[in-house]
Amino acid sequence: MTENRPVLVSMRGLTKRFGETLAVDDVSLDIRQNEFFALLGPSGCGKTTLLRSLAGFEYPDGGTITMTGDQGDIDLLALAPERRPVNLMFQSYALFPHMSVERNIAYGLQREGLPKDEIRQRVAEVLETVGLSGKSKARPASLSGGQRQRVALARAIVKRPRLLLLDEPLSALDRKVRAEMQLELKRLQHEVGITFVVVTHDQEEAMSMADRIAVMSAGRVEQVDSPVDLYQRPATVFVADFIGSSNSFVGVRAAGGVDVPGLGLLPGHPVGETSSPQAVLVVRPEDLRLVDDASGLITGTVIETQFYGGRSTIAVEVAGHPGPLTLSCQGTADVMRGTTVHLAWAADRGVVLAPQGGR
Amino acid sequence: MTSTQTAPGRGAARRRALGARAVFAGPGLLYLTAFMTIPLLIVLSYAFLTRGRFGGVKLELTLSNFSKALDSTYLSILGNSVLIAGITTVLALALGYPTAYAITRLPSRWRTVALVLVVLPFWSNFLIRTYAWIVLLNSEGPVNSVLVNLGIVGAPLDLLYNRGAVVVGLLYAYLPLMILPVYAAIERVDPQLQEAARNLGAGKIRAFLDVTLPLTLPGAMIGAIFVFVPSMGNFVVPELLGGGKTVMVGNLIRDQFLEARNWPFGAVLALSVMIFLVVLFAIQAAIGRRINGGARA
Repeated sequence: MTENRPVLVSMRGLTKRFGETLAVDDVSLDIRQNEFFALLGPSGCGKTTLLRSLAGFEYPDGGTITMTGDQGDIDLLALAPERRPVNLMFQSYALFPHMSVERNIAYGLQREGLPKDEIRQRVAEVLETVGLSGKSKARPASLSGGQRQRVALARAIVKRPRLLLLDEPLSALDRKVRAEMQLELKRLQHEVGITFVVVTHDQEEAMSMADRIAVMSAGRVEQVDSPVDLYQRPATVFVADFIGSSNSFVGVRAAGGVDVPGLGLLPGHPVGETSSPQAVLVVRPEDLRLVDDASGLITGTVIETQFYGGRSTIAVEVAGHPGPLTLSCQGTADVMRGTTVHLAWAADRGVVLAPQGGR
Repeated sequence: MTSTQTAPGRGAARRRALGARAVFAGPGLLYLTAFMTIPLLIVLSYAFLTRGRFGGVKLELTLSNFSKALDSTYLSILGNSVLIAGITTVLALALGYPTAYAITRLPSRWRTVALVLVVLPFWSNFLIRTYAWIVLLNSEGPVNSVLVNLGIVGAPLDLLYNRGAVVVGLLYAYLPLMILPVYAAIERVDPQLQEAARNLGAGKIRAFLDVTLPLTLPGAMIGAIFVFVPSMGNFVVPELLGGGKTVMVGNLIRDQFLEARNWPFGAVLALSVMIFLVVLFAIQAAIGRRINGGARA
């Protein structure tokens, strides 16, 4: 959907070392204009370092960051943080406690030396946008978490940056407010037409908001794709594990799937190039089906069923396979614990990947 | 459980909480009452009594002690004290704030070392440290000999027994009391606030002036009070380094009690200094509230 938009920020070969640890390891990414881009990964994967490098609070040991500007390309790394057309919404919001909401938001405009009238007007507009018009004189300490988040957001977008960075924007909010803010962020992004880069460890957050997601692990980018492609066609075992839940079978690559010791040939299709004979077959829980004896690929025993309201999961223990398989189905699971079941999946639903570490 | 608790149960819980509070706060309160409040009341009552012939007081009520304090001689001594303590405080702030700021920027391991170094002078005797300044500053002392030998000055300077020497001595004595609270205040400011300011377009200096400085002002005020109060009351430094020429209110109070044997007048002077300081504290508290928007005390 965002495929043909022009590139706004281009990172090439970024590397950052903290002492012995390689926080960012040769990362190259393109962020396109007006897209909602997410950097997703577990803590310590380097996503925050990458974000801080964009804002100018970390200086990479190697690599380049180029932003496409109206008058040619800008070398972001050559600019001090205060001169970059980039604004950051901090995870802790970092609102100035000694200034009112209004003054917090006006601060960035004052630094640009804009006339007072224009500042007043733009602050009023942005307060309207985030729905905090009545709170302009309040101090941050008297606001709720959700309100503080809106002020932080307003303070960042009022500058009309080319690029808005959001560091774990929703992590400090409780579940209900979070869902609300997810929708609102998305709406706002359409409304203001700014490119958003959000850092998060919460895959649900990234999946629901982002146009494209870069999944990171140990300083490297594992895969960059749309949420649907990440889920359906994970490029690595790490991505398959990290995004949603999955069942994996370790074996040897074979024609039409993976030959798993004790279970035989299981069907799947390979993703990407690989020379390694070792392979991992990944199948999503909702792609597993209960079938009759004749068409079953695997036979096992139901050890647990769980009901989640709209859907249920069934845990199936299979002899010779470490850990139970998880199957998910709509509505209730109409099998009893202890029942012997046969499982199957369509060959195009099984993904054959190289084992972790070997590419 | 909290909602189903019966009234007597709640009462007992409250009594227990009160008991616990008494146990924790009791010793401190008792100490303060015995050695602070009572003497203070005694001083207060002396201020309205008549001086005894050989010290002490006679039980005759009078307000003459107060009118005496308004004499221009004493007012000028009070003014001189405020001036000296004020200069000391300003210099302590000018030297102490950058030092404290620099310490917060050290790696955490070195921060502790630096803080220990700051309080290190407190480990030696105050009198000895003050005498050391006499050795340093006298006309044949190392400071003068270096200045003369380098040809910076022709003859030794009068560095000792003047107002400047008193300020130097007080500054040396109380600088740590400035550095420590300012350090604590700077340390408490979230470094992300500074980053936020820069992200919004403020240069390094601007970000410091707009964010760190106002947020550390209450700490700096506390440091200023910590320096100003003892400087104001100090009588050792003016006596040793001021050579008796520079009389401060501390010397005056001491003289009233020990030399002139005019306890009631000494009491009035002591009270007036205290009232002055209480007003100072009130101003500090008001500024602190303004900056923190009433969120934190």
